[in-house]
Amino acid sequence: MTERAFTAIPRPIERSRTARFFEAWPPLTLLAMAWVALMLVVALGADWLAPYHFAALDLKARLQPPILFGGTWRHALGTDELGRDVLSRLIVSIRISVLIALFGTLIAATLGTTLGFVAAHFRRSVEWLILTLIDFQASMPFLIIALAVLAFFGNSLVLFVCLMGLNSWERYARIARGLTLSANEQGYAGAIRQLGASSWRIYGLHVLPNIASTLIVSMTITFPETILLESGLSFLGLGVQPPLSSLGNMVGYGREYITRASWILLFPSAVIILTTLSISILGDWLRDRLDPTLR
Amino acid sequence: MMRYLAGRLLRAMLTIFLVVTFAFFVLRLSGDPALLIMSVDAPPESIAAFRQSWGLDQPVWVQYLAYIGHALTGDLGNSMRDGRPAIQLVVERIPATLAITVPAFLLKIAIGVPAGIYAALHRNSLADRLTMVLSVAGFTMPSFVLALLLVLLFAVRLGWLPSSGADGIAYAILPIVTLGAAGAAILARFTRSAMLEVLGQPFIRAASAKGLPWRRVVAEHALPNAAIPTTTIIGFMVGTLIAGAVVVESVFAWPGVGRLLVVAVANRDLAVVQAILLLVAATMVSANIAVDLLYGWIDPRMRQVPR
Repeated sequence: MTERAFTAIPRPIERSRTARFFEAWPPLTLLAMAWVALMLVVALGADWLAPYHFAALDLKARLQPPILFGGTWRHALGTDELGRDVLSRLIVSIRISVLIALFGTLIAATLGTTLGFVAAHFRRSVEWLILTLIDFQASMPFLIIALAVLAFFGNSLVLFVCLMGLNSWERYARIARGLTLSANEQGYAGAIRQLGASSWRIYGLHVLPNIASTLIVSMTITFPETILLESGLSFLGLGVQPPLSSLGNMVGYGREYITRASWILLFPSAVIILTTLSISILGDWLRDRLDPTLR
Repeated sequence: MMRYLAGRLLRAMLTIFLVVTFAFFVLRLSGDPALLIMSVDAPPESIAAFRQSWGLDQPVWVQYLAYIGHALTGDLGNSMRDGRPAIQLVVERIPATLAITVPAFLLKIAIGVPAGIYAALHRNSLADRLTMVLSVAGFTMPSFVLALLLVLLFAVRLGWLPSSGADGIAYAILPIVTLGAAGAAILARFTRSAMLEVLGQPFIRAASAKGLPWRRVVAEHALPNAAIPTTTIIGFMVGTLIAGAVVVESVFAWPGVGRLLVVAVANRDLAVVQAILLLVAATMVSANIAVDLLYGWIDPRMRQVPR
């Protein structure tokens, strides 16, 4: 009995090495990571990866279907009404969409976290003001505000990115304020303050690293939201303006050809869904790893 | 309770006031409507006449006070495009929007809540996983993509339903399904986690331990408690009934408030955009107040401690 138990022990360990690997790195998460990595590579290397210039016309090859539907390798994902290569446009659009979402998320995180710190540091009327702003932001549908601001301010890329950065700052502000208040209750912040550190040093070097994991998890939530907002506005023709193109623009353009050339809108749609899905999966996984309290 | 309600109403008025102010300044400072509406090479006299008739030649703060004064009497200015009162243009569109958002709202609740409850009660079962996969898919898919996929399938390939327009009930089906599916996904996910949270509480174990049948534990102890957070999210959804369909209305050319907004924004019709912003803010704020009041009714603990 005991002997059998002894001989049985090493086996599960031996077998579980791959099992343990997949437990720490679930296959779905690995796929999501691969997709996000691919998107980043495409975003950074768009100029080298695109087979044609995104606005180059090929009038002899208009509305060519993609490769598996009777098309040729010349235009692997087909062409649109003007004979522009869908693959090249897709690559350039991925770059615009990913970069806008990235900068938008970073702006929101920086702005929100700073306001959260400010609220927790000064308390009283400053805190009341910031909390009122948070309530206001949370109670208005941002798409409506964005629509109004965009169309009336005209549309430059810089303004558009800033607007995306205003989208979900309140989430970070709320988290940063709450966590900073509790950090100030804990000994370490008080101890450093007693040692004579400045407020900048306390918040930047001590409180921020302690709450960073929660903020990073929040970024995985707001990043897909920003992609969805950007593509929605661009789809309505009020976001990224031609000749630039984002994934939303492509879908909006492809909508005109839904009966004759559905591939024009299907590829960018698939990229949007896969990207937001991958980041959500990655976010869930990160949350479990970094921040068990959020579960 | 009355004091709490008064404070709540005061904050609501403040929010709406903030929205009006924000909208006024953002929209006014962003460009000269006279030049946007007339063309740039219109004769200077007619541009000046246009400015005068809309009060645009006054200083901004005079325009603002006049605007607030008029708004208080229910006059939100006239559309700069066709001269009709902006509020009238917007109100005309409300029935069309409600015709798709209300059925979609009921659809969300009818699918989302039971799916979430079922998934939570059968945690890690195949049904649970399927619900969650569908929920994440609905969550991460933009509404215009879902709308176009539905059009591709039901209008283009199968030819069962019209792809856009508003000529009868058949035209409303795809917009309702699009709106409903996305909302149901969010609601299912939310209800499931609210339910799981409650099912993990000690009082559930206590109720089981004293011999109560599981059915009654769920019906009498778990569901009422899980209803509290779920009500909040449903309340927020009520707030989006007016404005939650901007993209979907645009895809399906549905003549509602959302489409009016997109067209007004493209035409730079300030008065109409402001009227819609105000309407949306009022809806959201009223929905939030309604949720707060509902809390007192659902959750007896809230009655003792008014915030």
